[in-house]
Amino acid sequence: MSALGFRALVLIGISIGIMVFDHRQHELPVIRAGLSAAAYPLQMLVHSPLAAWDWLSSSFATRSHLLADNETLRAAARENDLRLLRLEATEQENLRLRNLLNAAPRDQESAKLATILRVDLDPLRHRVLIDRGSRDGVMRGQAVLDDHGVFGQTSNVGVLASEVIVLSDPAHAVPVQVERNGLRTIAVGTGDAHRLSLPYLPRNADVKVDDLLVSSGLGGVFPAGFPVARVSEVRRDPSQPLATVTAEPAAALDRDREVLVLWVKPRVPLPASEPSAAVVAPPADKPKAKGKTP
Amino acid sequence: MNRAADASRITLYVAALLALVLSAVPLPHVLDLARPDFLLLVVIWFAVMAPRAGGLLFAWCAGLMLDAFRGLVLGENALAFVAVAYLAHRLHLRVRMFPLMHQSLVVFALLWTHQFLLFWIDGVTGHAMTDWARWLPAITGAALWPLWTGLFGRFTSRS
Repeated sequence: MSALGFRALVLIGISIGIMVFDHRQHELPVIRAGLSAAAYPLQMLVHSPLAAWDWLSSSFATRSHLLADNETLRAAARENDLRLLRLEATEQENLRLRNLLNAAPRDQESAKLATILRVDLDPLRHRVLIDRGSRDGVMRGQAVLDDHGVFGQTSNVGVLASEVIVLSDPAHAVPVQVERNGLRTIAVGTGDAHRLSLPYLPRNADVKVDDLLVSSGLGGVFPAGFPVARVSEVRRDPSQPLATVTAEPAAALDRDREVLVLWVKPRVPLPASEPSAAVVAPPADKPKAKGKTP
Repeated sequence: MNRAADASRITLYVAALLALVLSAVPLPHVLDLARPDFLLLVVIWFAVMAPRAGGLLFAWCAGLMLDAFRGLVLGENALAFVAVAYLAHRLHLRVRMFPLMHQSLVVFALLWTHQFLLFWIDGVTGHAMTDWARWLPAITGAALWPLWTGLFGRFTSRS
């Protein structure tokens, strides 16, 4: 046995030890954080010229293009404002009703915008890097959304950047619910950014094409009620006990540049002894809301 | 002598950094699938042509860095890189004498070994990837080898 062989064996042994600790115990956050901090400048080096190009092409966009953009955005904002007014009223009403029923109030969410770094991680896995890390309060296992629905969840968190597992990653699964009837199941990634698979539905399950799947809130990562996907195909083979159901993700998994990282705060339940405060408070801002609607 | 070793060591670090950057530059999906393992090619090149500068420890560090870079299980590429560098070290005197085509075949075998080790570790850690496309980088990497030697031959002398 040569010295070279011995050294190779020692290094391989160390690698196996590291792998076991990292994979089984997740006990190497310090080493991981150090290595990813070292990787960050290189990743920014890759990202920045492309980001600069994006910035240039957007700052030299034509006037008519910008005007058209502005117009559509304004229309969308108006529509959203209207919906938001109704939502606020409903939310207050919901809070009051839940309080009457003595049910736990729904959790409150807050979000931060994150940019997806233009860095290719691994062609076979659907992972992306975002420019938010533990410095911004990001933790492992947080939900990430885009403006159409659920995008993925954070996995390895560095100080300045963190990795997000996208819904379509073959190793990822989301607990979902058919919005129409509340049927619960699990949507699994397929490795194709336009397809999720629902492999655990029995043949006679009540699911149809165009059903909206929303996150069910089970599992604790994704809060309940966010759109995940829309069923695109249901095949029932009489010889199989399970139906073959595929769905198209609601979020633009392969086109997004910016995503939202979500923090969930459990809302403090209102004290049951003074329900009058909850009932009295909402009407104060309700007229104001009404006044804005045309 | 010492100076030459230092020079090739500097080339080694610069090449490794460039390879890391190249491994992350965004490409269209098809090209991304076929992207060669640039860092491993650097490791193999130095293991064969300048084994004193690019030792096993360098291969290990490079592999660990790539793991952190790509967010894989830490140690996965480190192990595979060390194994490949060891084989390349053992073969280096013979490989240098081979004609280019023949060298490419050896490199293909080394790259394939790396992919196979990753495939195996992925399976054990529960992210099995059975897509045929995972073997593509080994082919493109071997096809790139003659170009690679032409490029690097300019910067380093055989030591």
